[in-house]
Amino acid sequence: MRVKVLSRNPDDYVRETKQDLQRVPRNYDPSLHPFEVPREYMRALNATKLERVFAKPFLASLDGHRDGVNCMAKHPQSLSTVLSGACDGEVRIWNLTKRECIRTLQAHEGFVRGICARFCGTSFFTVGDDKTVKHWKIDGPGYGEEEEPMHTILGKTVYTGIDHHWKEAVFATCGHQVDIWDEQRTSPICSLTWGVDSINSVKFNPIETYLLGSCASDRNIVLYDMRQSTPLKKVILDMRTNTLCWNPMEAFIFTSANEDHNLYTFDMRFLESPVMVHMDHVSAVLDVDYSPTGKEFVSASFDKSIRIFPVDKGHSREVYHTKRMQHVITVKWTSDSKYILCGSDEMNIRLWKANASEKLGVLAPREKAAMNYSQKLKEKFHHHPQIKRIARHRHLPKAIYSQAKEQRIMREARRRKELNRRKHSKPGSLPFVPEKKKHIVAVVK
Amino acid sequence: MLRLAALLPVANLEAHREKGAPTFLWACSGAVGRMFQSRQPERSPWGAPCMLSMFSLAALSVLKAQTPLEQEIFSLLHKTKQPVTDPLLTPLEEASLRAMSLEEAQLRRAELQKARALQSYYEAKARREKKIKSKKYHRVLQKGRSRKALKEFEVLKKLDPEAALTKLEEMERPRIEERMSLKHQNKGKWARSRAIMAKYNLEARRAMQEQLAKNKELTQKVRVEPESDEEIDMTGEGLLPDSVNQVQPSMEGANPWMLGKPSSEAKDSGTQEDPKDTRESAAPEDAGNEEEVVSEEEILLQDFEQRRCARQQQAGSPERHSEWARPDVEIRNSQPRESRLGIWSPGQVEPAVQEPEGPLLSEQLGRLQTLEEMDALGQEEGAEEQAQPWPTRALQGPEEEGSFGEERPARKQKKMINLQAVLAEESHVIQCPSLPVSEEKEEDEDQRLMIKEAFAGDDVVADFLQEKHKAEQAGKPEAVDLVLPGWGEWGGTGLRPSARKRKRFLIKPVPELPREDRHLPHVIISQQRNILAAAHQVNELPFPFDHCQQFERSVRAPVGPTWNTQRGFQKLTAPRILTQPGHIIQPISAEEASPRSAVPIRAGGPDLLPTAQQSRHRPRPRKKAR
Repeated sequence: MRVKVLSRNPDDYVRETKQDLQRVPRNYDPSLHPFEVPREYMRALNATKLERVFAKPFLASLDGHRDGVNCMAKHPQSLSTVLSGACDGEVRIWNLTKRECIRTLQAHEGFVRGICARFCGTSFFTVGDDKTVKHWKIDGPGYGEEEEPMHTILGKTVYTGIDHHWKEAVFATCGHQVDIWDEQRTSPICSLTWGVDSINSVKFNPIETYLLGSCASDRNIVLYDMRQSTPLKKVILDMRTNTLCWNPMEAFIFTSANEDHNLYTFDMRFLESPVMVHMDHVSAVLDVDYSPTGKEFVSASFDKSIRIFPVDKGHSREVYHTKRMQHVITVKWTSDSKYILCGSDEMNIRLWKANASEKLGVLAPREKAAMNYSQKLKEKFHHHPQIKRIARHRHLPKAIYSQAKEQRIMREARRRKELNRRKHSKPGSLPFVPEKKKHIVAVVK
Repeated sequence: MLRLAALLPVANLEAHREKGAPTFLWACSGAVGRMFQSRQPERSPWGAPCMLSMFSLAALSVLKAQTPLEQEIFSLLHKTKQPVTDPLLTPLEEASLRAMSLEEAQLRRAELQKARALQSYYEAKARREKKIKSKKYHRVLQKGRSRKALKEFEVLKKLDPEAALTKLEEMERPRIEERMSLKHQNKGKWARSRAIMAKYNLEARRAMQEQLAKNKELTQKVRVEPESDEEIDMTGEGLLPDSVNQVQPSMEGANPWMLGKPSSEAKDSGTQEDPKDTRESAAPEDAGNEEEVVSEEEILLQDFEQRRCARQQQAGSPERHSEWARPDVEIRNSQPRESRLGIWSPGQVEPAVQEPEGPLLSEQLGRLQTLEEMDALGQEEGAEEQAQPWPTRALQGPEEEGSFGEERPARKQKKMINLQAVLAEESHVIQCPSLPVSEEKEEDEDQRLMIKEAFAGDDVVADFLQEKHKAEQAGKPEAVDLVLPGWGEWGGTGLRPSARKRKRFLIKPVPELPREDRHLPHVIISQQRNILAAAHQVNELPFPFDHCQQFERSVRAPVGPTWNTQRGFQKLTAPRILTQPGHIIQPISAEEASPRSAVPIRAGGPDLLPTAQQSRHRPRPRKKAR
């Protein structure tokens, strides 16, 4: 007599640990799971609602400065460290995890105009209104030592900005001209000028590290090559550019923050028209910083708000504001791309989440899977009216709202006027100028 | 025969005449007798009793006045100029025939009304234009007018010298007026002040000179050079008159060689039957002659003018009716009602004509904090959808309001299945097979029997009717009873609220629109569109998609773990960008960035992953940041 024995592979049903979930054999027959699209739609709708419910981006406010925060710098090696310079010449170093100031130093008389950390993360540079460039250690002085910079360079003119090379012991300052310095010397290696106007900011390209970009008060953006003694080319816009920031993932892309409420993303090779015009701010944009993933950037504006823009979109995906936040002067996106720091007029540095509804802390794998799933669902159904409506909703303070409305009306009126003018003039005499080309005055090489 | 014809209502006669003579003859043949029994004459031109009409003409001719009654009748006939032997119509009859029918008169009246309205619009427009204060506008207008006149004159000069002369006189008129007036002669107050200034001011001097130049220009005679023109004509086209070379609008038109007239007149006679055609052909010609585009009202007015003469010239042409077809008889567009692109209902969607990018956010003053608020927000979106009525009903609305509305039900009545009959009858078993019918009935017979047996107890039709009745009842709005017993009066067991109160607080429902399936006993049309679902559906094709099928495809495949295996689910939901919390993402290095280098992504480098596949060989970041 033959006995049939039921045999199963233990791998199919035995858990690895006691904490593991029980394995459930599943039947994926679609007839057993009907209404897949409506069910997923409902899940997406709920996920969208929950996203908006949990959208609480504001994390912390770092207070301690006694004047408006004028500049900030990220520590290149440590995520938890951030440096900030205020309008009264004070520099503070902060620990973000503890949300406290770990060091304070009076660096300059008058404004701290620029601050940047060295790539190794052991020292940093500041420039101020007192016409000096100072090189400081990150670590504080030992017991009994005096708080003193490692080096001080006395310049002839005021420096308005500073940036350090990403790999070499070279830094660049700007003021009346762009100076490139060796750390060991007290005079610049070379000075680059084009025109006689004051230059607001200078930035090294993080990928092609010998390239620099600067923006000047005479409305232009100038590009330099450190290896040459002359500037490469410049583009003149309608209004002044306040800062620019290079994309850390694409060597030739940079974004500039302009006084005309817009941001312009340029391709370095084709300056004739920007790749994208980002418009949503209602006042001058003062600072811009890229996410380290290079997919988004954050901008700080005089209109007391910060906005997050996708690189390839003309409008912002997010706007952050609080009641007490005044004109935002400087903004940084942390190197792990999770947080945003902004320093504003009213002496505070604020810490925000880059994704407003993200859950902080370590996520369990199931949580992570659920998050990914809901993210995917939101993406899949984002054209559906209710989901779209809920996901897009943002609260704005009345000031910004009414200003935005006013500007919309003005824009519309301008457009209508142009349309009418075109209608009543000879065909072809008033050509259509795309928005991208409208703001570019000239490109000079 | 004559009597019979005379007795026919004039409208009928018209109708017969349109069909041609044979029908007329037919009307007078033997069938007529029966016809007359059913149709009483509406008016008889002579006012004689109907009995007379029964006499046939042949009988009349045979009859001789024998009795005194007959004699009297004959005398009466003679008195009223009734031809006794002549088969033609009496003058009175002819007159009545010539008069318009009611229908025609209505048409004519409508047309006249329209023309009048148009004329009033035109006048209003002219008045409005006249009121415009802008000098520049009037100057431009004047200039255009004079240029046009000049051009017309040029044309006229070739074709009609006499008319041209009168035209010339007309054109001279402003010159004469200018000469008579003191305008532009530097004699006004302004001019004198300028004259004082002129000594010192260059501009004033120039203005004065301009004035004088204008005067000179305006008072100049229009120069006519007939000789030179003729010479050019002789050398150029030579012997052919202009009308020959002009486009002949229709084949029926008279030969321009024969006419010796401008082709525009020839065209008039040629294409009067179809005024629309004339308009179409005339419009480009106008555009060619004079650059000024004739306004629409003018075209329409011309159109009416032409129609009127067409009617006068050939009354009763067969094209007339087809052409005067009323607008409400036009075939309505029976487009299928727009379907919405559902999340689960397939449908046609017209691609949205929208620019690819608007603002990504809808920024509002209100905060969105609770789920209820979000629901409300979503419904807000849906409310716009609900505001639009049923598309089908909207389509039907205007059509029912039209002038056809009265006669439609009557016509339908004939086609309609008699509902009462169907309901009253005991239901009969429907003889339709559930399978497709094949030719050999014998083979199916047993199967049919089987089915019959199986459904022996079922009365499908009755069930259906019951169901329909139920649906109808369910769809009816109910009255709301808000009566509170004991409120304001005594209450208790055995006491009923007063009738007045009951009447006062019984809220009657608004009567519903009649059901669409009220004439269709075998159909239930549900008029309850699921608005709640509609609010969730996509209205127009989103930007990146070209076709609704593409979009539907993008939505169709589920990504959830309920429908996919664990691995598939992970793959499907892998995020596009994966970042490790607490790790610094360094900027991409130049070596990595260049496409030629095959260097793997540096440790601690970008955690930017375009695809899920790459995530497998994603290196760990070098070190955890402090």
